[in-house]
Amino acid sequence: MAMVLSEEAGMLKDAAKGFLADSAPVSQLRKLRDTESADGFDRDTWKAMAEMGWTSVLVPEAHGGVEMGHVAAGVIAEEMGRTLTASPFLSTAVMGATALTRFGSEAQKGEWLPRIAGGEAITALAVDEGRKHAPAHVETRAERSGNGFKLNGKKSFVADGHIADMLIVSARTAGGDAEEDGVSLFLVPQDAAGVTIERASMVDSRNSARVTLENVELNADAVLGDVDNGYKPLEAVLDAGRAGLSAEMSGSAQECLEQTVEYLKERKQFGEVIGTYQGLQHRAAHLYSEIELGKSIVLKTLQTLDLAPDHAAMMVSAAKSKMGSVAQLAAQEAIQMHGGIGMTDEYDIGFFIKRVRVAAALFGDTNYHTDKFARLRKY
Amino acid sequence: MSDLETFRAETRAWLDENCPPEMRKPMTGEGDACWGGRKWTFQSDAQKVWLERMAEKGWTVPEWPVEYGGGGLSKEEAKVLRDEMKAIKARSPLMSFGIWMLGPALLKFGNEEQKKEHLPKIARGEIRWAQGYSEPNAGSDLASLMTKCEDQGDHYLINGQKVWTSYADEADWIFVLVRTDFDAPKHEGISFVLVDMDQEGVTTKPIKLISGKSPFCETFFDDARCEKYNLVGEKNKGWTIAKYLLTHEREMIGGTGTGAMRPMGDIAVQQLGLNDAGQLVDPVLRTDVARAEIDGLAFMATMERVTDEAKSGQGVGANSSMLKYYGTELNKRRFELMMDSSGHDGLEWDQDNDVARHWLRTKANSIEGGTSEVQLNIISKRILNLPTA
Repeated sequence: MAMVLSEEAGMLKDAAKGFLADSAPVSQLRKLRDTESADGFDRDTWKAMAEMGWTSVLVPEAHGGVEMGHVAAGVIAEEMGRTLTASPFLSTAVMGATALTRFGSEAQKGEWLPRIAGGEAITALAVDEGRKHAPAHVETRAERSGNGFKLNGKKSFVADGHIADMLIVSARTAGGDAEEDGVSLFLVPQDAAGVTIERASMVDSRNSARVTLENVELNADAVLGDVDNGYKPLEAVLDAGRAGLSAEMSGSAQECLEQTVEYLKERKQFGEVIGTYQGLQHRAAHLYSEIELGKSIVLKTLQTLDLAPDHAAMMVSAAKSKMGSVAQLAAQEAIQMHGGIGMTDEYDIGFFIKRVRVAAALFGDTNYHTDKFARLRKY
Repeated sequence: MSDLETFRAETRAWLDENCPPEMRKPMTGEGDACWGGRKWTFQSDAQKVWLERMAEKGWTVPEWPVEYGGGGLSKEEAKVLRDEMKAIKARSPLMSFGIWMLGPALLKFGNEEQKKEHLPKIARGEIRWAQGYSEPNAGSDLASLMTKCEDQGDHYLINGQKVWTSYADEADWIFVLVRTDFDAPKHEGISFVLVDMDQEGVTTKPIKLISGKSPFCETFFDDARCEKYNLVGEKNKGWTIAKYLLTHEREMIGGTGTGAMRPMGDIAVQQLGLNDAGQLVDPVLRTDVARAEIDGLAFMATMERVTDEAKSGQGVGANSSMLKYYGTELNKRRFELMMDSSGHDGLEWDQDNDVARHWLRTKANSIEGGTSEVQLNIISKRILNLPTA
């Protein structure tokens, strides 16, 4: 497959860029933060995204979607990375849609997919329990109870958890605390009795929640996929999200570099535009090279997810590892090259370094994915 | 069957019949390569036969036009040929700076006589070429070169010294950047000439490198003669050709950081082994190897993307500098890891796989063909459009 965007994806990119620059620039995130918005995202913007078909990008046509694939989803995420647009796009349109489309029963698909496509339902994946990402480490228990299950446990770092209508929760139905076997996935309505959702205030001013499950009673039809065999589907859903996050970070990294290069062309010191100094030129040129590599591996990974989703794990980890470190480098270099002004809250660069930190950590940081890559390579 | 499938079937059959078994074994080192030229001694009949058969088909230079000794193949057909050769592990029949460097320059800038005279001899491996670019005082600042080329009426006379001329002691001819105008600005007084090295006025002296090998020479011109018809392109416009070739060279050197080589992780596992948890015994090396492999994947994807973008007209020309910069730095990292995983054995000077010598050789990757710093300058100016003082 050619490593360039199709005409269709190219048009989507232009449309996304235009819409986000006009309707959801960094100033929107700043305003959400400064007004301490309870939602943490703008519902009108989300509605407009749904009308443009973004929420249905991975939903099959049979369920009201446009099913354009992961490259298209990545194009949208990348542009959102440029504007730092706060929205439940990744948690819902990418991960929620992937979970239900690939592993949902007909009834589950029928219930959720049209609502996801329409922008009417928000979903969130509740997977992590500890300080670091460890999807196989599941202490949350799901015990058989009557015809269904009873869930008890705690989840943290649940992206978009406090605005979600439905949580996709990993819980242990068998096996030891760190075993892949015995993990099951459950669809848990946010208003189910025993579910407590507490919003966490994150450095990136985006949404994340702590979720407590206390004797949450669910019917057997709340299970996504097969009981005890939820780990593989969980990884597939995570991989879709990791690839989307990598695309988002690619957009943020490119934006950091572009804003920095513009600044280097304007700012004068010692009587010269600072962009004439080789010390800064080489920093910028090295960063450019790193970002080009990141862009390539992200595109390759999104293409792999579209063509062979069951064989994408290694590429996904390579992309998340690489793009995570590149985007963090980009944000750090952007501040250094901006000098003092880059440290001020008034300037946007600070929003980028904060978001990139969170995006790099979400669903496995660079270290996690470098290690996972090595494990998949069998060394 | 489509035309391309027919071509594939025919190519496969032809290769099967014509590629000698000895030429289907991996090369054990640079010594196994065939470079051709007047001074060449074939290492085996198989090497000779393989070159002759491939040259006859024009397949030493598959994409060159048939009238200049090429195969006249389309890009797609050439890829089929590469794939089919790879499938039977066929060695390249001919390594040549004529094929990689001079040929593309002549095809683009040479006149009809020059193409007819020189290209077929390159294709058949009859003439081995060297490159005369750098001088003792013109390295990164190549355009300040001072090798003098004077008009003597019916011929040119050349005086000066070139350095880092690859394998010049084994070459027959040399393409040389010379100064034909000492009054013009430095980029506008340079010409590109072809010189027969089989004359008294041209002498070479190998340079011994830190690897103990001598792949490069110094080449001296003392009243060396060059016929006027061996000026390529216009007089004083040689810098255009030089830049074209440097871009070409950059892509070639940059490409060494990838692909055909065995994955670093596999090598490390073979040399050091795994612990009970199935992980490389040196945990820090394991991380470094994984990072290098990930960067290798990202680099290969970038080569692919840059090529595809160029095909679809979205390319950034100066990206060859980015590839050269990253590819060579990556290759140096890779060989540092090779040395790490080779341990004490790798430190022995004489050993089968020569890892120490290869490691030392890679240190030149980020110097030759324009240093990493020069590539970063080019990226700054041509891609990021940062100003010059």
